[in-house]
Amino acid sequence: MTTLATASANQVRRLPGWAPWAILVGCMALAAGILALGQGPTIAGVLLIGALLYVVAITITSRAVEGSRYAKDRLATTLVTAAFLIAMVPLVSLVVTVVVNGIGALSAEFFTSDMVGVFGQDPGGGIYHAIIGTLYVVGIAALVSIPLGIFTAIYLVEYGGGRIKRGITVLVDVMTGIPSIVAGLFAYSLFLLIFGPAYRSALVGGVALAVLMTPVVVRSVEEMLRLVPNELREASYALGVPKWLTILKVVLRTSIAGITTGVMIAIARVTGETAPLLITVGLANNVNYDAFDGRIATLPVFVYRQYSQGGASVDRAWAAALTLIVIVMALNLIARLVSRYFSPRGMR
Amino acid sequence: MTTTTPIRRRPDSGLPTGHGTGRIGNRIFAGISTGAGVVILVILAAVAAFLLWRAWPALMASQEELDTVNIMRGRSLAGYIAPLLFGTVLSSIIALIVAVPVSIGIALFISHYAPRKLAQGLGYIVDLLAAVPSIIFGLWGIQFLQPVLHPLFTWLSENLGFIPLFADYQAPARNILTAGLVLAAMILPIITATIREVFLQTPRLHEEASLALGATRWEMIRQAVLPFGRSGIISAAMLGLGRALGETMAVLMVISPGFLINFYLLQPGQHQSIAANIASQFPEASGLGVDVLIASGLMLFILTFGVNLLARWVIARRAEFSGAN
Amino acid sequence: MSKRIDISDLNVFYGDFKAVEDVTMAIEARSVTALIGPSGCGKSTFLRTLNRMHEVIPGAYVTGKAVMDGHDLYGPGVDPVVVRRQVGMVFQRPNPFPTMSIYDNVLAGVKLNNRRMKKADADDLVESSLTGANLWKEVKDRLDQPGSSLSGGQQQRLCIARAIAVRPDVLLMDEPCSALDPISTLAIEELIHQLKQDYTIVIVTHNMQQAARVSDRTGFFNIAGTGKPGRLIEMDDTATMFSSPSVQATEDYISGRFG
Repeated sequence: MTTLATASANQVRRLPGWAPWAILVGCMALAAGILALGQGPTIAGVLLIGALLYVVAITITSRAVEGSRYAKDRLATTLVTAAFLIAMVPLVSLVVTVVVNGIGALSAEFFTSDMVGVFGQDPGGGIYHAIIGTLYVVGIAALVSIPLGIFTAIYLVEYGGGRIKRGITVLVDVMTGIPSIVAGLFAYSLFLLIFGPAYRSALVGGVALAVLMTPVVVRSVEEMLRLVPNELREASYALGVPKWLTILKVVLRTSIAGITTGVMIAIARVTGETAPLLITVGLANNVNYDAFDGRIATLPVFVYRQYSQGGASVDRAWAAALTLIVIVMALNLIARLVSRYFSPRGMR
Repeated sequence: MTTTTPIRRRPDSGLPTGHGTGRIGNRIFAGISTGAGVVILVILAAVAAFLLWRAWPALMASQEELDTVNIMRGRSLAGYIAPLLFGTVLSSIIALIVAVPVSIGIALFISHYAPRKLAQGLGYIVDLLAAVPSIIFGLWGIQFLQPVLHPLFTWLSENLGFIPLFADYQAPARNILTAGLVLAAMILPIITATIREVFLQTPRLHEEASLALGATRWEMIRQAVLPFGRSGIISAAMLGLGRALGETMAVLMVISPGFLINFYLLQPGQHQSIAANIASQFPEASGLGVDVLIASGLMLFILTFGVNLLARWVIARRAEFSGAN
Repeated sequence: MSKRIDISDLNVFYGDFKAVEDVTMAIEARSVTALIGPSGCGKSTFLRTLNRMHEVIPGAYVTGKAVMDGHDLYGPGVDPVVVRRQVGMVFQRPNPFPTMSIYDNVLAGVKLNNRRMKKADADDLVESSLTGANLWKEVKDRLDQPGSSLSGGQQQRLCIARAIAVRPDVLLMDEPCSALDPISTLAIEELIHQLKQDYTIVIVTHNMQQAARVSDRTGFFNIAGTGKPGRLIEMDDTATMFSSPSVQATEDYISGRFG
């Protein structure tokens, strides 16, 4: 009894739950006041200085009331939470910036017309040709990467062993880190060797993107195949089903939702790639339906070129950027929904 | 009383060999899969081989030949690539210095501070940041970040300008620090994802033991979580570094380029990265100029390859130690 | 049309490691043979060699003979896939295919092998197999629901139905009740009694009461120490094994003195 009583007497006094919030509000007000004396408050400035003041204030208050251990804990909590909020700044501001700048120039015409006859500062024009081009380039990349990636993953999970398997695993990992511009240089050199220097086409860009996309597909499919319980493979073997049919009809069938998710996220990722396309497919003003010949417009390169030109082109750049981000985010979202709603039980 | 329905049998067949047992299918399927794995190896080898093949003329060219390339402005090959390499590494290091502590914070927030129900959703939100195309980060850097940073840079230069790093800020804020901050935002998700994974693997027992001894949450994290995650943090940082080194568009759009080796973070026209330089010069380059750019690309490839390999090695070593596969 | 299996001098290896040594036994047709013994004694490993399932693990191989009605299971050119179509298996944990309905799970052996079957024949096969597994009455109204919607015991009977739908001659059961509650266990044991009329059954179990209840003959496996191979110590009629075993180790194990 006595020990318990002493313990609770020794128990530190804690700050009441409202105290941190009160201090936070106070600090923000103080920051606004300080800035008002100087150049005048901006939202970013108030938040930044207010946050700094809060970190100092909460630590000192807590130290005075609760002691140094709890002060450190408060400080850590504040910093960790701040880190998360800081991460939200780019995401939120990025989306807001793109939407605000891009929404004005969007119209039905913007999606259905190309840039033929639209010069420099002319308004109008559109991204139809760039959307078609992006479909082509990404389509080619997907045609190469998806089968290649899936079969490599099958090799790694179902067949491979020993050194070759370890070697491929490491190199796929390393390949994930190939700079996109280097992939572009590779595709350029490859087609230079085959078709000579003047060759430009969607195919070159597609190959560059395939180099970037394949390792992403391998990694995500591999992860999904490993999630399939061995019990299911054994059940199938025990029914007298050969290995290849087991892989095809049990392993792939069970993990198809996860594989779809992984592939869609990989597609989303290469859809936004700019640098390799900048140096391989270039840009065109018209729709190019021939994937094997001639320059072709793609959305990311369109954004970059239009933005560089300045003036009315900048509006088109923002609108195209908004379109691009919507496509990419939608692909990501749908991908998550697929694995959420189509995975068999216990495989999410 | 249940009676078993007699099950019709196929006639006794003994143990036939072959037919209908998928031997051929097995062989074809195994062949295709193995072939795919080999193709991956071939592609990677081809990337290295083609870069080397195209870079070779530039590596072998005499100074007189290089002087004819106008983008070189009379520099030697090493003299051309060195400042680019410096700019690449400097911008990536800035990005790491900013991104790693913030990532650790986010990862801790998600794994140990946020309510469990929220944690997965918050993870998705951070992952969404990874989905944003780099060109859009570039636009954001110019349109949003640059004006926001302007007053901060002005203040820094006025008050801390005696430190060479922050000396002589010149508007617009199209300097390497801005580029580094954009890169930081871009590599944040990949670093966070890796660290979060490691933190979530911290043995529950260690955490509970720490808390049972009366530790505050922060003390528990310092005693149990951070030591466990140290090598994970290192490898995550390396992965982020690999990504930052190769990033093109954000640097290309944000930075006002220059070919100097110095630490004036707040001045435009000082630095440029390899990737951004290739992207800006390649469309106009010809002849030996292309070879020079590809040679710089080869440098970048070797650099990122090494960094990534090192990162994987750290991860693999950790897996061996912790016994977790 | 069930078959007998005669095993002689069988050794099982995982790479360099010898897991089971020198097993010789006769498994009678239309009977239940139980294999008991402490964990790690190789009884499950041995069971898997009877339909060559051990070959799934890289580096595993067998020496010696296993002959089913005159045909060597390990004869040259014998495809393990063919062996598995005649020697079916039920596993420790029920493992219905999560992507398939109850109906398709029963037909899995047909469908996964790309064999075509008339709708009427398929319906017949599903009904007879589920009836054979004592599950028909419980599921006949919801055949299109996923197999994972059933209870654990029902799932295990579904797996048995799936195994007998391939019409094997022998049925191997690897601790089929260890993941089930007592009532489901009872249902499976009753089912084993019925299946015995048509099949040769080999069951591995940890539960000695179960071995005593369901089997006609019992084999006791033991292991001399860690790292040593498992051996068949003794095999006899179940009644004899549980009343007067001839080896001391068997009696110790059965009376619960170790294991």
